[in-house]
Amino acid sequence: MIREQIEQLLRETLTPMHLEVINESHMHNVPEGSESHFKVVIVSNNFEGKGLVARHREVNKLLADHFQQGLHALALHTMTPEEWFAKGGTAPESPQCMGGGK
Amino acid sequence: MDALARIKEQVESNPIVLYMKGTPQFPQCGFSSRAAAALQDCGVKFAYVNILADPEIFENLPKFADWPTFPQLYIDGELVGGCDITLELHASGELQKMTTEAAKKWPEES
Repeated sequence: MIREQIEQLLRETLTPMHLEVINESHMHNVPEGSESHFKVVIVSNNFEGKGLVARHREVNKLLADHFQQGLHALALHTMTPEEWFAKGGTAPESPQCMGGGK
Repeated sequence: MDALARIKEQVESNPIVLYMKGTPQFPQCGFSSRAAAALQDCGVKFAYVNILADPEIFENLPKFADWPTFPQLYIDGELVGGCDITLELHASGELQKMTTEAAKKWPEES
């Protein structure tokens, strides 16, 4: 449910060429079925000419309400189409939890 | 001193500081662990703040630089980014350059 909301929001605002929104909550110390930890891979022309901090800020801002409401972790891989192709169309794996919780 | 003033003091008095869950030796979050490992790999001295041990900092850090997640890396008082940005800069060699330069600003150890 939250996953779909995030996906829709990012798709509408950033018109990505490629978008993956993956619920990784199962990798962490949270109840089964949680939607707290996500990984987003987003490839958009919108990021052209922007530094990584600016790109992450842009996505974080779009998801501000979700952060208020229980979104806890966001692995974020923001690329322009050119960068995406240069990386062979892949993004890094996220780490496993180490028990810190909130 | 309130929490935001303490954070400001920390990032301004330490050339390199990582806000993380746990410590570099005993990280308590996979993202914090990776960011700390990247810094250790650069072979430079860095300060860290275990936010799990300081609830006030934990609470206020997201407001400080308008950044909602942890870890957060600051170099020369500026937010460099979280785990993903730190790792990306490490992979490109940029983190090594930035930290080597910033580490020169640590006071001489007596």
